[in-house]
Amino acid sequence: MTRFRLTLAAGAIVAAQPLAAAEITIGMQLEPPHLDPTAGAAAAIREVTYANVFEGLTRFAEDGTILPALAHGWEIAPDGLSWVFFLEEGVTFHDGTPFTAEDVAFSFARAMAPDSVNAQPQLFDGINSVNVIDDVTVEIGLDAPKASLLFNLAWGDAVIVSPASAETNRTRPVGTGPFRFSRWVQGDQVELVAFEDYWGEAPALERVVFQFISDPTAAYAAMMAGDVDAFPVFPAPENLAQFEADPRFEVIVGTTEGETILAMNHAREPFGDIRVRQAIAHAIDRQAIIDGAMFGYGTPIGSHFAPHHPAHVDLTHLSEHDPARARALLAEAGLENGFSARLALPPPSYARRGGEIIASQLRAVGIDVQVVTMEWAQWLEQVFTSHDYDLTIVAHTEPLDIGIYGRKDYYFNYNDPVMRALMDALDRTPDVEEQQALLVAAQERVAAKHVNAFLFQLAKTGVADARIEGLWENAPAPANDMTGVSWRE
Amino acid sequence: MRRLVTGGAVAGLFVLAALLSFLWTPYDVAALQIADRLQPPSPTHWFGTDHFGRDVFSMIMVGARVSIAVALLAVGIGIGIGVPLGLAAAARQGGWLDETIMRGNDLVFAFPALLIAIMITAVFGPSATNAIIAIGIFNVPVFARLTRGAALSLWTREFVMAARVAGKGSARISVEHILPNVTNLLIVQGTIQFSLGILAEAGLSYLGLGAQPPTPSWGRMLAESQTMIGFAPWLALFPGLAIVLTVLGLNLMGDGLRDLIDPRTRRSRA
Repeated sequence: MTRFRLTLAAGAIVAAQPLAAAEITIGMQLEPPHLDPTAGAAAAIREVTYANVFEGLTRFAEDGTILPALAHGWEIAPDGLSWVFFLEEGVTFHDGTPFTAEDVAFSFARAMAPDSVNAQPQLFDGINSVNVIDDVTVEIGLDAPKASLLFNLAWGDAVIVSPASAETNRTRPVGTGPFRFSRWVQGDQVELVAFEDYWGEAPALERVVFQFISDPTAAYAAMMAGDVDAFPVFPAPENLAQFEADPRFEVIVGTTEGETILAMNHAREPFGDIRVRQAIAHAIDRQAIIDGAMFGYGTPIGSHFAPHHPAHVDLTHLSEHDPARARALLAEAGLENGFSARLALPPPSYARRGGEIIASQLRAVGIDVQVVTMEWAQWLEQVFTSHDYDLTIVAHTEPLDIGIYGRKDYYFNYNDPVMRALMDALDRTPDVEEQQALLVAAQERVAAKHVNAFLFQLAKTGVADARIEGLWENAPAPANDMTGVSWRE
Repeated sequence: MRRLVTGGAVAGLFVLAALLSFLWTPYDVAALQIADRLQPPSPTHWFGTDHFGRDVFSMIMVGARVSIAVALLAVGIGIGIGVPLGLAAAARQGGWLDETIMRGNDLVFAFPALLIAIMITAVFGPSATNAIIAIGIFNVPVFARLTRGAALSLWTREFVMAARVAGKGSARISVEHILPNVTNLLIVQGTIQFSLGILAEAGLSYLGLGAQPPTPSWGRMLAESQTMIGFAPWLALFPGLAIVLTVLGLNLMGDGLRDLIDPRTRRSRA
């Protein structure tokens, strides 16, 4: 009886704690390698810092629209070659340094420098000057009109840093956001606390802890035990039904920018042959992959484009599951006896489980696929950087990233001047309808050429304590924006 | 004797299942049937189906083949390399060859076995072959030391001296007179190492370092079942039972064999 009472009391303390203290613990599967979003591609960096620690001139809203951030307004010159941004006044960095137009000029110059380590240098393409007009006004000069400027400046890679702290942001990030960095226990957690002198509306939370739990089983246990209050991207979709059945939790299913593809190395035979690529596309049953690997979470895609985007066209009919067609195409390409290929699989379950399903589907049409599992570091080195692979499965989580099909040296080794022309035209036109038409053309081009096999759009599958409100449902960019999050009364 | 029979019967069951899997399994383990996924045990699928709709019973059968093959070959490597080394060391007791072999042995022994296995598979990539080599390497010192120890006491016996007087070389004596007298010990130790090999293979494939998909293996089945244990407990139960029973069976068999053929225990019982 005593033990029973003790358990009850302990339960009451655990349950009462977070409400009283305005604290939250957010679970993440991957720990960031460092905390400087201007110096690394890892999504985990932005998942900790975006909108919390660092801010840019503009920012993404939950639905992917662009909102003002450090710039409260802007004006475009009639020729479209000059943008003037009006900055917020009275903004200070977490170390007390005031934020001025000089910091904007410094940040962009640093990102565009030849020795820049920024992971998305193309965001700044076409910017030829950043002129400080006064402390709160800055002018950006362009080579040609650039419709995507506000969108580009909203990325986590384009945040504003201070010259005083730029070099140490990797370990002690200093930004202008509503939370300041408190401490980082390597291998365990990063702690942020509310910044007292924040220029905007103060956040409801006083303390945010990002807890890193790589093992899905441990993640499940941590949620169930209440050690973690929310897991915005829960690593094991198979457990969501259990959370759904438990009234303590809320399952939040939204959209991500993650196009999951079976990428093919065009520089390796026989993937340079469109008939082979088309055969692979027809050999794949997308719904089986979504059901078997993701337990039903995900939307089939027929091109490299997010289904929730307004310009999306459904092109899945170009690559319907049709094994007979796949065999015929292989025979046409002179490969009636099939061929063998290696499939490189990074750790996430969409790749590991999806890979096993795809390997079995490709074997059914005579392609002997050998699965090779890899850790992320090895995948980045061998597949992404050295292009040493035949096939791989990966989700491309950057927003609106169909432009990668115009890149010359990207890891698919797909070289298409038509795509480059489409992307250049897209960047030049300010007209929304024309932009949509160009995006449709790009989707159709990539789908018709069967550059890769397009599988499905990753769903954002999050789990949270049912008493939390304000968490992002969708992920327009890698981020865990804590500014609007609070515990329900 | 009862141990030998019980252990032999349990282990033999899995050997039979492994052999049978070459000819027949209830379902094809390479064919994924996503529509039939996560079915609980039933008359159609005795052990249920996994998240890809594969028949767990068939996977256990094929997994037995992998486990047994890996463990058997690993023990083979251990005996093939370890026994000659042990014989050589004993024949040159106290010499530089003995010292070199035994210190080399100590070096391998000093490393935790699983760590060696992880190192090897990390360098050469995960595969069943590398798992065999890795487990085989940590079997070598076990057999080398056992053989040397047993051989040393034999070298002082009269029949060996007689052979020496007759002019036989130490290599010939080792093969003709020493080896036949350590065989019993090797069989007992081999059985025990075999069960350790099964465990090591399960451990490696649990970590993703053993046989690669689509080849089923007990360890990977366990690893994959982890997140589903709450709603599909059969996915963890059956491979877990298979590992426990095989290892238990082999250990009982090893104990029984020792009672039966080890002269020391035989004498003590009499």
